[in-house]
Amino acid sequence: MNMKTRKNKKAEELLQKLEPKTNDNLLTLKGVGKHYGSIIALRGVDMEVDPGRVTCVLGDNGAGKSTLIKIIAGLHQHDEGEFTLHGSAIKLKSPRVALDAGIAAVYQDLAVVPLMPIWRNFFLGSELTTGVGPFKKLDVQRMKQITKQELADMGIDLRDVEQPIGQLSGGERQCVAIARAVYFGAKVLILDEPTAALGVKQSGVVLRYILQARDRGLGVIFITHNPHHAYPVGDSFLLLKRGRAIGYYSKSEITVEELTAQMAGGAELAELAHELEQLGGHDEELAEAEAGAGPQVAR
Amino acid sequence: MSSTTASPTHKKPSLTQDERVGKKSTLSILLGRPEIGALVGAVALFIFFAIVAPVFLSPASLATVLYGASTIGIMAVGVSLLMIGGEFDLSTGVAVISSALSASLISWYFGLNVWVGIALALVVSLLIGFINGIILIKTKLPSFIVTLASFLMLTGLNLGLTRAIGGSVSSPSIADMEGFQSAKAVFASSVNIGGIDVKITVFIWLALVIIASWVLLQTKIGNWIFAIGGDEKAARAVGVPVVRTKIGLFMAVGFCGWVLGMHNLFAFDSVQSGEGIGNEFLYIIAAVIGGCLLTGGYGSAIGGAIGAFIFGMANKGIVYAEWNPDWFKFFLGLMLLLATVVNIVVKKRAESSK
Repeated sequence: MNMKTRKNKKAEELLQKLEPKTNDNLLTLKGVGKHYGSIIALRGVDMEVDPGRVTCVLGDNGAGKSTLIKIIAGLHQHDEGEFTLHGSAIKLKSPRVALDAGIAAVYQDLAVVPLMPIWRNFFLGSELTTGVGPFKKLDVQRMKQITKQELADMGIDLRDVEQPIGQLSGGERQCVAIARAVYFGAKVLILDEPTAALGVKQSGVVLRYILQARDRGLGVIFITHNPHHAYPVGDSFLLLKRGRAIGYYSKSEITVEELTAQMAGGAELAELAHELEQLGGHDEELAEAEAGAGPQVAR
Repeated sequence: MSSTTASPTHKKPSLTQDERVGKKSTLSILLGRPEIGALVGAVALFIFFAIVAPVFLSPASLATVLYGASTIGIMAVGVSLLMIGGEFDLSTGVAVISSALSASLISWYFGLNVWVGIALALVVSLLIGFINGIILIKTKLPSFIVTLASFLMLTGLNLGLTRAIGGSVSSPSIADMEGFQSAKAVFASSVNIGGIDVKITVFIWLALVIIASWVLLQTKIGNWIFAIGGDEKAARAVGVPVVRTKIGLFMAVGFCGWVLGMHNLFAFDSVQSGEGIGNEFLYIIAAVIGGCLLTGGYGSAIGGAIGAFIFGMANKGIVYAEWNPDWFKFFLGLMLLLATVVNIVVKKRAESSK
């Protein structure tokens, strides 16, 4: 990656300024909280993100996952606690500032334009040009080549970068968005429910790219409500419920079954099983729900 | 259909030429272009008129057809770009006249050199575009409403101000004013090519098409235009200056309107203040026939030019074939319908598999 854009350089300068205390974590949250008026959306969250590691944030709808990532991505600012990047406390004012500091978020809607070719999408908003003055034109050859190379490095093997991005599958599009964030200098990559809208096979593809990004030295924050997606790729797991952290485990401390049970809440699952029974649900599902209610579930 | 059927496998990719991309035939590359439907239509129409009206093929008739096409085509350049950017403009027809009236009335009323009026008319045209754009951005109303409002207001202003200043529904003659002859040479002269007089607007038109194509395909701004038309939110999220690009597009339309307005003024020496109404649709039709999607994000400047050429051929061809020109509008409507159907098919193909 010797061909850096100016924006990239700026981000690096900013990072260098932040660099001195590098023995700290890449990014840490300590007791971070956020309230909207009288509503407490998030309270007392601790987490760490390190280069080459995947931190999973799990929680049901309304657990505070989006509030958390919005704070990290610079869309909102926290009211309590401490948010440190490279050891220095920081409050990110906007997504642009976050991006310049190397924090990139890939949202569910992905920010790609379906009718435009892949390479144009890849460089959209940060196009490479040659020439001067009014004759400044796009460096099409180089952009195509870099796009192909970057995607190949991520293990995405494309037939033709000239095809409209709308022709790619949901998983592939997700991966182009990830590769774009990586190329433009991201150090921390936030993935917001990247597998939520995908089928089983496509989810697998995306999970593999998450590992690719991790292996390239990025700190990955993977937000999901599916413990079966989180467990195989994650190094540590933050569980959120009703705006609070209900657990923060490293992989060795927890099994996928415990993770599932913790997330759903054992008591609630038992209640659900009971309710389903009364409604005349199918036996297998009942059994599953009942089994899930137990502290140790064999699947 | 091209031969790209393999699903993504995970072997080492070669960066030069992927073996799964079968050599595309020239035909399939052509079929992927937005203006292909219009091109096929233009060729068919050309052959058709060549057969039914042999005089159509004479160089003099072709020059006339090209002139007719250029008066639509100059505006279609701006309108195509705007439509690719996801907006459209209903005020263009009367904005052309507003520009011509500004130049004429300002120079006449103050007794200035005509070129001063021309320069101020450019300011007026760009300002109309700027105002359209800024209202669109600030109110977040659809461009249909915003520009419909400016269409009505400009129509009223054209009539009202012309009568208030000049005392008549047409602007006073400026033929004997200073600078008129040189301005006429620039905006409304003819160039003799091989004994045939070709109107200068044809060359202006072609130049604008070339510039617009270059901007669209080879510059950052072109990339942004496609992006804001294709998915405005996504474009904003990756840092495309959406507001500036949109306002710029409306101003580009204003510029094209100024060029055509100056031609209208200097082809004669006065302008009818009530003219121009309905022309905005001709420009939009040219762009749509040329493959620009009404929903934005897809199209080309060349397509708009071909659309204008089709319009010119149909308009003059009917005269050469000695048909009743009453049928012209029917013909135009039918072409528009066919072109849009072709466009939908093309878009589907582009979005799904090739």
